[in-house]
Amino acid sequence: MASVLVFLDVPALPLPRAARELLTLAGTVGTPVVAAARRVDPAMLDALASHGAVKVYEPAGELDAVLVAAKAAFLADAAKTEQPDAILLGNSFEDREIAARTGIKLGSGVITDAVAVAPDLAVTKSVLAGSYTSTCRVRTGTPVITVKANSVEPAPADPAAAAPQLVEVPLSDAGPAARVTGRSGKRVSGRPELAEARVIVAGGRGMDGNFGPVEELADLLGGAVGASRAATDAGWIEHSAQVGQTGKTVSPQLYISAGISGAIQQKAGMQTAKVIVAVNKDADAPVFEIADFGIVGDVFSVLPQAAEEIRKRRA
Amino acid sequence: MQESATRPLNIVVLVKHVPDAQFDRHLTGPGHTLDRAESILSELDEYALEAALQLAEARGGESAGNRVTALAMGPAAAVNAVKKSLQIGAYAGVHLTDDALAGSDAAGTSLALAAAVRALEETQGPVDLVITGMASTDGETSLVPAQLAERLQLAQVTFASELAVADVDGAAVVTARRDGDSFTETVDAPLPALVSVTDQANNPRYPNFKGIMAAKKKPVTVLTLADIGVDPAQVGQDGAWTAVAASAPRPPRSQGTVITDDGTAGVQLVEYLAAQKLI
Repeated sequence: MASVLVFLDVPALPLPRAARELLTLAGTVGTPVVAAARRVDPAMLDALASHGAVKVYEPAGELDAVLVAAKAAFLADAAKTEQPDAILLGNSFEDREIAARTGIKLGSGVITDAVAVAPDLAVTKSVLAGSYTSTCRVRTGTPVITVKANSVEPAPADPAAAAPQLVEVPLSDAGPAARVTGRSGKRVSGRPELAEARVIVAGGRGMDGNFGPVEELADLLGGAVGASRAATDAGWIEHSAQVGQTGKTVSPQLYISAGISGAIQQKAGMQTAKVIVAVNKDADAPVFEIADFGIVGDVFSVLPQAAEEIRKRRA
Repeated sequence: MQESATRPLNIVVLVKHVPDAQFDRHLTGPGHTLDRAESILSELDEYALEAALQLAEARGGESAGNRVTALAMGPAAAVNAVKKSLQIGAYAGVHLTDDALAGSDAAGTSLALAAAVRALEETQGPVDLVITGMASTDGETSLVPAQLAERLQLAQVTFASELAVADVDGAAVVTARRDGDSFTETVDAPLPALVSVTDQANNPRYPNFKGIMAAKKKPVTVLTLADIGVDPAQVGQDGAWTAVAASAPRPPRSQGTVITDDGTAGVQLVEYLAAQKLI
């Protein structure tokens, strides 16, 4: 069976859900082979094997110091050796840039924002901020496809899987590149990444500067905290939490919208969520047109009451 | 490291004429391409133009030899994105237009834009910076900036929320701040570089009456594929490396249940989540 090359940043164990989804998807199209952007230790190799990888490419040295250029050069080199039928990546900004540059290096078409990849490599994606669905194909070269999180259910691990072959890829010249000169970590919240979260509780203008109830409910549900542009522009919460046209596009199982009117900018980022719950004081808020369950009410009484009820049921 | 005397910068800003996202947008025709009626200058490109103008002004502006050229690719109407850019403050405009470009994918678009930048360099010397917005508001694939950097072999700094150019030991270096999910990083890159800026980078200026009048006198160069030496077979729908086989509007979300809080809405919310097996 032909191989499908999966690009992974393999930061730590346990293997993130997004990585397991890509390996699962690769297994439905061909034989999963991994291009890991860093050195792979034996524990990581085992984890990749248990999720279907039969071969793992790793760089011969550290790639970290420059932005995407080095990772794209590594992925293209691994692809030239492996000659896979397709290359899969995640759909983060960085993943998409790596895909973009790899596509040019290989002379291969790139498709982003995939939500499904058929065994014949027809790709389903959502376009125009989720208002259209299209089916695309790569016509030239090896299809390079970036896949949105929560697109497939990851297969359970098979601990008995055989150890994969580990192949070292010599470092090649990535060309002129931007160098990272400093990095400051943000407060670690322990919450899932917004783009990958299964549950998101998002707050908007109606939170009036107090995201406490949103954070409380998100933590009870094991979800991420999102926000409208109005809330991030007001400085109530960091800009990386923004969902919408100029922020992140998310497709969680559950999106709870609190105090967000749901104008087109916001809708663009969340209308492909499976279930949308909206709480807003204004009965005419556009968000109610797309909500599966809407509550006209005060976020400061509804959210805490819901949190209390969840605690009561779990007690 | 000491700042030496500054030299003028040659900056190209990529601007795009896109359908206004405030209205409904539609895919039409055999190639499932976007209906471009009701188009405007992409809002996100205004941040790129502002960043370019600020960098040029920090070095004495147009009279000191800095260049800020707005480059748009697209059909006849796309010249409006160039004109709007000139009204806002770009010093010159270029409209790359050719019937053969219709339906280009990211690979074809980046090929044509790279050739256009090289053609500009033949008349005005090396380009120091290519600046773009963080994404287009229509195609949203965000592929073109990275592919352009790859084709032109430029260092690539994307999603800059702060941007500066410093002269370090006689060489110009672009420095930027990027705000990621879990960390903020500072990066620097040698010129020439490609930079994309976010909507946090600045507050774009509005065109004023003086700017609108002045724009009428600013040059707009029209380039065709023949002018930039690109084979029409490599671009457009036929030259695309990807193809759209089918498209359909997503069924509109139907409105679900809406209740008014009677004092128990929080409990009802949890009951709904439980019924949907979401908790």
